[in-house]
Amino acid sequence: MKFSTFSRHVREGVKGIVRNGWMSFASISSIAVSLFILGVFMLLTLNVNRFTEQVEGQAQIRVYLQLDTPQEKIAEIERQIKRIPEVANVVFVSKEDGLRRLRETLGEKGSVLDGYEAENNPLPDGFDVDVFEPRQIETAARKIEALNDTDPDQSIWEVRYGEETVKQLFRITNAIRNVGLVIVLGLAVTAMFLISTSIRMTIFARRREIAIMKLVGATNGFIRWPFFVEGALTGFTGALITVVVLMAGYAQVIRSTQFDMGLMMFELVPLDEVIWTVGGTIVALGTLIGIWGSTLSVRKHLRV
Amino acid sequence: MIELHDVWKTYPDGTVALQAVNVVIDRNEFVFIVGPSGAGKSTFMKLIYREEVPTKGQISVNGFNLGKLKPRKIPYVRRNIGVIFQDFRLLPKLTAYENVAFAMEVVEAPRRLIKKRTMEALELVGLKHKANSLPAQLSGGEQQRVAIARAIVNNPSVIVADEPTGNLDPETSWEIMKLLEEINYRGTTIVMATHNRDIVNEMRKRVIAIENGMIVRDQQKGEYGYEI
Repeated sequence: MKFSTFSRHVREGVKGIVRNGWMSFASISSIAVSLFILGVFMLLTLNVNRFTEQVEGQAQIRVYLQLDTPQEKIAEIERQIKRIPEVANVVFVSKEDGLRRLRETLGEKGSVLDGYEAENNPLPDGFDVDVFEPRQIETAARKIEALNDTDPDQSIWEVRYGEETVKQLFRITNAIRNVGLVIVLGLAVTAMFLISTSIRMTIFARRREIAIMKLVGATNGFIRWPFFVEGALTGFTGALITVVVLMAGYAQVIRSTQFDMGLMMFELVPLDEVIWTVGGTIVALGTLIGIWGSTLSVRKHLRV
Repeated sequence: MIELHDVWKTYPDGTVALQAVNVVIDRNEFVFIVGPSGAGKSTFMKLIYREEVPTKGQISVNGFNLGKLKPRKIPYVRRNIGVIFQDFRLLPKLTAYENVAFAMEVVEAPRRLIKKRTMEALELVGLKHKANSLPAQLSGGEQQRVAIARAIVNNPSVIVADEPTGNLDPETSWEIMKLLEEINYRGTTIVMATHNRDIVNEMRKRVIAIENGMIVRDQQKGEYGYEI
């Protein structure tokens, strides 16, 4: 294609948007509105994801040793646990640490522990074990238990990781993720439908123009190009408006929750992380939808 | 130039629009197609600019066999045929100049040439001074002249005019006919369907009469031949 022809197509595409003022406005608005709803759900899903990851990440294995396990044995077991591939980190928790922790958990009622000091501490030594993947927690726990099989003293007394709680949590977070995905997909399809309909109306309003172009000997490719540019530009503009509004709104939400929900352990996904993922997806999607809608609609009018 | 051999056209709803039509129109001829409404005049015109294909028979224009033409070749055949309609078919949001230039942009002519030829065409139809007017700001006759400028701007060898004076008053109609005659004089074949008795009788060109889809008369320097 000659450069002058290409620039003509771009010029005509832009002119097309301006000339069909109200129809373009309708298309751009419907793209913006649909993508905005989509964007809100994407942000929600991202944050739910982040939240569930944080909750899952807190899942930890606690290993308790038999009382009176000697120091060398403890060090040996720690090494063995570290060698398990799923294990990310092992922290030794002495019985003194255990007692302090228990006091903190009990809070005001911590006084029931008075009298239990270093000498007669009833708690065992142990480890806190973190895994790389929350989902591997069960496997890792089994492997730690299995360490007893090769140990004549059976030094590991108990391995706990709140089996039922963890499984329940995974079920819930999985459900939230799946529901979010379904809603996002559903909205994407709805947005596509809305947009292609309004672009089809734009083109239907211009079937006369297309007919005249054909009459004076325009090739189908030549007829398609300006509509292609127009569709892409319509989608892009709508998406850009959405991204600007969405990001401004999200920044506001982050700012206000910093104070209102300051006590919550949960932190929203920061803006700079979201701009590229959500913003980029929306712009790309909007442009693609615009192109797709216009291509589809023009093809219908080119058949003779 | 334009040749139809045993051409039949039946529409999907069963209407027989043309039957056994044989016509040869030579280069530089001026031909009137006359006949009652619904006799097949428009179908005849549509076959020439490949809006329709014959059900049976052969039609060739400028050496192209239109019945066997691949769809992607159609645009190239149309570039050599200018078409004019009763309802002008201008793009309402483009100026007179843009409407004419449009036909050249479509064939990807260089911009400088587009400017030169568009102005020449507008000058020929006498509308150079209204180049920047929108169709709505022009009279019917002026709009038809813009349409003629658009039809001739690519220098086609044939102009197909389907009742070009149908919406115009007698005086304006004559202006349009003078213009077409001038274009014909410069070497363009003109095929024009019309109901205008005065024009046909006055101009004394070849007349082809179509009734019930058949050619019933084909005479040089002919007359309209119908009472209404």
